[in-house]
Amino acid sequence: MHPVSKAEAVSAVQRSGPAALTRRGKGGMRRAEALAGMLCVAPWALGFLLFTGGPMLFSLVLSFTRWNLLSPPKWVGLSNFQTLFVKDPLVWHSLLVTTLYAVLAVPLAVALGLLLAVLLNQRIRFLSFFRMLFYLPSVVSGVPVALLWSWIFSPNVGLLDGLLGLVGIRGPAWLFDPHTVIIAFVIMSLWGVGGSMVIYLASLQGIPPHLLEAATIDGASAWRRLVHITVPLLTPIIFFNLVTGIIGALQMFVPAYVMTQGGPNNASLMFMLYLFENAFQYFRMGYASALAWVLFLYVAVLTFLLFRFSGRWVYYEGMLKSDN
Amino acid sequence: MEAHGYARPGGGGLWGRRPVQRAIGLSLTYAVLTVGGCIVLLPALWMLSTALKTSSQIFTVPIEWLPRPVVPGNFLTALRMIPFGTYFLNSTIVTVLATTGTVVSSSIVAYGFARLRWRGRNAVFYCVLATLMLPAHIMLIPKFILFRYLHWINTLLPLIVPLWFGTPFAIFLLRQFYTTIPLELDEAARIDGCSRLGVWWRVSVPLLQPALVTVALLSFHAHWNDLIDPLIYLHSNRLYTLSLGLLSFKGEYNTYWNYLMAASLVAMLPVLLVFYVIQKYFLKGIQLFAGLSG
Repeated sequence: MHPVSKAEAVSAVQRSGPAALTRRGKGGMRRAEALAGMLCVAPWALGFLLFTGGPMLFSLVLSFTRWNLLSPPKWVGLSNFQTLFVKDPLVWHSLLVTTLYAVLAVPLAVALGLLLAVLLNQRIRFLSFFRMLFYLPSVVSGVPVALLWSWIFSPNVGLLDGLLGLVGIRGPAWLFDPHTVIIAFVIMSLWGVGGSMVIYLASLQGIPPHLLEAATIDGASAWRRLVHITVPLLTPIIFFNLVTGIIGALQMFVPAYVMTQGGPNNASLMFMLYLFENAFQYFRMGYASALAWVLFLYVAVLTFLLFRFSGRWVYYEGMLKSDN
Repeated sequence: MEAHGYARPGGGGLWGRRPVQRAIGLSLTYAVLTVGGCIVLLPALWMLSTALKTSSQIFTVPIEWLPRPVVPGNFLTALRMIPFGTYFLNSTIVTVLATTGTVVSSSIVAYGFARLRWRGRNAVFYCVLATLMLPAHIMLIPKFILFRYLHWINTLLPLIVPLWFGTPFAIFLLRQFYTTIPLELDEAARIDGCSRLGVWWRVSVPLLQPALVTVALLSFHAHWNDLIDPLIYLHSNRLYTLSLGLLSFKGEYNTYWNYLMAASLVAMLPVLLVFYVIQKYFLKGIQLFAGLSG
């Protein structure tokens, strides 16, 4: 504890109670608070200047150039953006495909993660075992995952079609069918729901138990308590999973790169895959940078809208009121 | 009444107070968890089964779940094929230092965004989020140039140092958690004579324990499994991390799937162990809430 601030606070309270604490010396307190706030954020600002800001600016400049990585970049003005918006239909196609993937995958992941967390927040037998079990898939990564899913989705002989066959359904060709390839990726993405499940589990610990108890005594059903108490109190965390989920889904890359290479017939040409191909296969670094900044603006606008309308449904117990 | 912070089968539990409701609810829970558990366990079993096969058995159709013969020796062979100890040590150094940096720095930065008022706070916070939105691939080359300029290529530094300045994902997550703590707690502590640093350490950090261990877990997980950064910045074999080292099973002409699976399973264990330790924090609940209402 800081001796000076303690003495200050004590004398202020003695003089005229807690209310005076905020009125008296408001300017000085506000200034000290602002200073403390900026000091807290300073590490990030320093890190941004050192490691992130430069490379970001560099890529922005590159988006106005033509650069094949071998000869020096050549300034071409807005030509990349002209190609991108007017001449290259694959840009819009891949943006559409990626958006479709995000629209399907993100809400499902948000709901499934929450459901698992609520179920795994009870006092049941083998609790640690069940929690580990549902976290397990998100731990498996890299090459084994790609191989695994190629096997699960392989037409007719694969695991999924095998299971569907048991109930008499003739499964689709999944990764080889333009109509199902996105759905296959959505199913695959739900495998990694363990990460958001942990986040929900952590946030469930902050729900005051007396609220749930009071509602139970008043006769509220399990469903009503979930919808009217648990979910509203978790909205800041649901919001977090929604925003980071959308940012992540719109940058989805590895599965498309490893398993389909964008096929069949470009049906899974994710935006990041198209960007990657431009950058590291056709060596059009300038064009790829322009693509990156278009994706950046798209995600930024979506995120801004989410924040803008979050006031309507996200409940912050301890949000500072004045924003200046 | 007990003061636990998580839903219990009895009292204020998830399902209600009547024994019938509780029985139905719990049966439903077990049913969903068992069916779901079988589904998620299948891939792990498949990995295990592949790890125990000879190379000729791997791609048989239909799949042979219980390989004949079972070759548990694959695990030893796999760990001897690569300098497993060196890779494991490198991974441990990188992951522990990067995780510690992430938790310490991000919790302080997030506090500045969530609990203290200053001009431009929201604008700067959007900048933090914005760094998540520019695709990482496009930054690969500029970042490589930067680290080469710093003479950090072929050292572990690019994998550790930047994490000590706060990571956007962790900052955003912890900011959201801070906002779930009532402001009255901070104010009460301030009136009782606590400094701002004291409020952070004595009020926020204890209440945020579940969130902080979650950030630690997710960060540990991400750095343990990270492939891209080690691939780009580490060139000598003695610096390789485990995830990078596992690639050597995937040769140009031949992939040793059984050894790859065996080594991958061993490589997964530390993350699962950390998860096991961490999830115990999700049982205690936050007792402070008991005295707070009204």
